[in-house]
Amino acid sequence: MSLIESLPRLRTLRLPRADGLIQWIVPLLILLIWQLACSSGFVPSRVLPAPSDVVLAGWKLLLSGELVRNIWVSFWRASVGFAIGGGIGFAFGLANGLSSLSNKLSDTTLQMVRNVPHLALIPLVILWFGIDEQAKLFLVALGVFFPIYLNTLHGIRTVDPQLIEMGRIYGMSNAELFRRVIFPGALPSIFVGVRFALGIMWLTLIVAETIAASSGLGYMAMQAREFMLIDVVVLSILIYALLGKVADSTARLLERLTLSWHPAFQNGED
Amino acid sequence: MQEPLRLLLSDAQAVDSIEFVEEARLARWSSEADSRGLSLTIRGLRKSFGDNEVLRDIDLHIPSGQFVAIVGRSGCGKSTLLRLIAGLDQPTAGHITFGEQTRPEDIRIMFQEPRLLPWARVLSNVEVGLGSQRKSADAKARAEQALVEVGLQEKRGQWPAVLSGGQKQRVALARALVSRPRLLAFDEPLGALDALTRISMQRLLERVWHEQSFTAILVTHDVAEAVALADRVLVIEDGRIANDVTIDLKRPRERGSAELAGLEGAILRDLLQGADGTTDL
Repeated sequence: MSLIESLPRLRTLRLPRADGLIQWIVPLLILLIWQLACSSGFVPSRVLPAPSDVVLAGWKLLLSGELVRNIWVSFWRASVGFAIGGGIGFAFGLANGLSSLSNKLSDTTLQMVRNVPHLALIPLVILWFGIDEQAKLFLVALGVFFPIYLNTLHGIRTVDPQLIEMGRIYGMSNAELFRRVIFPGALPSIFVGVRFALGIMWLTLIVAETIAASSGLGYMAMQAREFMLIDVVVLSILIYALLGKVADSTARLLERLTLSWHPAFQNGED
Repeated sequence: MQEPLRLLLSDAQAVDSIEFVEEARLARWSSEADSRGLSLTIRGLRKSFGDNEVLRDIDLHIPSGQFVAIVGRSGCGKSTLLRLIAGLDQPTAGHITFGEQTRPEDIRIMFQEPRLLPWARVLSNVEVGLGSQRKSADAKARAEQALVEVGLQEKRGQWPAVLSGGQKQRVALARALVSRPRLLAFDEPLGALDALTRISMQRLLERVWHEQSFTAILVTHDVAEAVALADRVLVIEDGRIANDVTIDLKRPRERGSAELAGLEGAILRDLLQGADGTTDL
């Protein structure tokens, strides 16, 4: 097969474009097999619609404007929830990493809250906020708070004390020490937190939207289930996968831009 | 001869008459007023960590521009003494006074680890050494000049991660030199380097010390290094200065010469005798 023959050639060329394409070979292959399995009748369309049917369903929803509206609503919820929860988590991580008083005051409480699965709060959240926007934002924010909090705290705690001593010897003020030594030192760990948080962000949003929502991708999937529109259900799932990939790629890009000093990022590998 | 002597009289009140001759000798090749070495006097210095008394009653005078090496077995308190001189720790008793008023940039310390910021390019790492003058307009030019002095100007845009151990230590030296310190403390800066890199680093240290005439205090466990570089070797044992040896050999000194080997042997015998009561080597 020509695809397989071309693989080693692409690798030896080492074009950044070619490298970017290689990662899509497996998803495309799966899509191809899926399409063949459906159109040959091996898989009944009531169990799994063919990719072409999913694309067709997507096209119809796109024309009606429903798809764009739902994607936008979900994207908005995800990013606002992420910004709120991530911002608070980052602030607590900084405060508790830099001040032992702040750490003594709040860390025990936060660790107790952390051990409550945030999705277990859904009944309570519905009672508090109904099925409005606040409910979804609250859950997403709560979900992303902990990975960002924990990894920011860990990053600041593990900055090399010898570098901090060096900074003090060379007369850095506290602000300068933070900007030049502590924050850059904590950044790799903060990015680990961001990538964990992105995963939790989508998970929380899907659950929240399928249980209690009147718009968004999860709602679209639940509505489709009611009307047995299995192609729309599969479409929603695929869109979630794509959005997740987009979020992860963005985080990777930011990582590569800000951590170019790190030996792990110097070869430009993905 | 009149000129340097007159200059010395004005700022040498604290210096004892014995050191006066030494001062005059060193002052001859200190051209710029702000690059002269600091003299240093220590009186009754003690340092303990809890019940453990690391330094007991150190009295010491180091004249301006002298290259002093401090040797001793591990845990004898030599690094503690250096950290006290550099102002990183506070003494339990006694005091350290410098011959003149000092600014923080006048005293610099270099460690065994380079302690470079991995996320800053080589040039920015050197700029860190400017201390409070980091924001001045000529900061970059001064950092470049310091890199030239250690022979690494072509690495200015690199990340520290790609440098070798010896190159990293040279960047650390440039960072220590960039503020034109008047006293430079070295805490085993060559301890982690291989033998050949060590020798070229020793030559570099000697050269910059000679050019900039700062006072140098080198803590080392390598007696050969101490006698090759220093004007004076202090042997520390059980928190006290057990021996104070003047190395009166002309520079540049030839590595492996009989005189150096003889001095090294004498100091080593001394150290080992103090340790376990035998003279066997």
